[in-house]
Amino acid sequence: MAEFALPKHSKIVKGIDYPLQRESKNPKKVNVYRWSPDDDENPRIDSYTIDLDDCGPMVLDALIKIKQEVDSSLTFRRSCREGICGSCSMNIDGTNTLACLKSIDDIKGDINIYPLPHMDVVKDLVPDLSKAYAQLTSVKPWLQSDSRPEEGKSRKQSPEQREKIDGLWECVLCFSCTTSCPSYWWNGDKYLGPAVLLQAYRWIADSRDENTEERLNDLEDTFKLYRCHTIMNCTKTCPKGLNPAKAIGEIKKLQLERK
Amino acid sequence: MKTLKTHGVGHWKLQRISAIAMIPLVIWFTTSLMLTLMDGYEQSIEWLQSPFNATGLILLFGTLYFHAASGLQVVIEDYVHHEGLKIVSLILIKLIATVLGVLSILCVLKIFL
Repeated sequence: MAEFALPKHSKIVKGIDYPLQRESKNPKKVNVYRWSPDDDENPRIDSYTIDLDDCGPMVLDALIKIKQEVDSSLTFRRSCREGICGSCSMNIDGTNTLACLKSIDDIKGDINIYPLPHMDVVKDLVPDLSKAYAQLTSVKPWLQSDSRPEEGKSRKQSPEQREKIDGLWECVLCFSCTTSCPSYWWNGDKYLGPAVLLQAYRWIADSRDENTEERLNDLEDTFKLYRCHTIMNCTKTCPKGLNPAKAIGEIKKLQLERK
Repeated sequence: MKTLKTHGVGHWKLQRISAIAMIPLVIWFTTSLMLTLMDGYEQSIEWLQSPFNATGLILLFGTLYFHAASGLQVVIEDYVHHEGLKIVSLILIKLIATVLGVLSILCVLKIFL
């Protein structure tokens, strides 16, 4: 059966409190999930109070500040700090998002930060995404074509054909949507999840790709595609403002039309 | 990954068709319920003896049990991960829905005929 409660060793306990060492007019408490594979401890929530007058505007700035000035053992992924690389996806203030795009000003009260939900944790805020990457590989997210473009020329698309992949190509594969989806929580081993299905549709919708039929055949499966019950968490949480639920709906529509 | 027989679009389509079919049927049945069937036993028997009403009710029962079974099937596929228990539950759901459906239709026919 589906698991509805956390296993014993995953129960979160209160961790260390790091108060601010100096006076501040603008203090903010950041509560962060901590877990290390190197000991047998349960996960804990450490609290760091930071001075917002001496911190950048985004949640990622706060995390970097904590790592640099308070606790160098805090572990998280980050790279571009501008919402392009998709590395710093995590659960902030109850919603999956990118730490670099989430403004501290938008959060009332303490900032609560957890890793992406329902994934194995590698350490602290770093989730294990290897399963999700394997699922991405399974939809062959690259251009498949038997024909060759004219020598030395690129493959042409009309502006209308190009428009069809708008709202799809922008996905940075942060998996905020996939890990917000209850269907993925219960059946993540078989259901592909919104991020991967959006990628699948990105190539189905691309006029230059010639493998549409095979792509649709691969997705015609009770579990891979039809575990989507239009819950819409994916669309609500996407930090890039994309609509994976619509992309999944378009795939279902195409499946219906070709029957 | 070992899973039950995949049916994808077929099941998805039938679930939606049966949902849409139930909209007019349920509206018609609730209206009838309020207008005639609340009046008493004799009036209800009379109402069911019209071929139009009997056909409507048979269609409603058929669609209702089919839709319920297909909805419960999705719930079981979502939450029951033990392969054996899943197969047994799916068979049971279909069996119960079929028995209840046939029984309901026979009741309608008994009164109609």
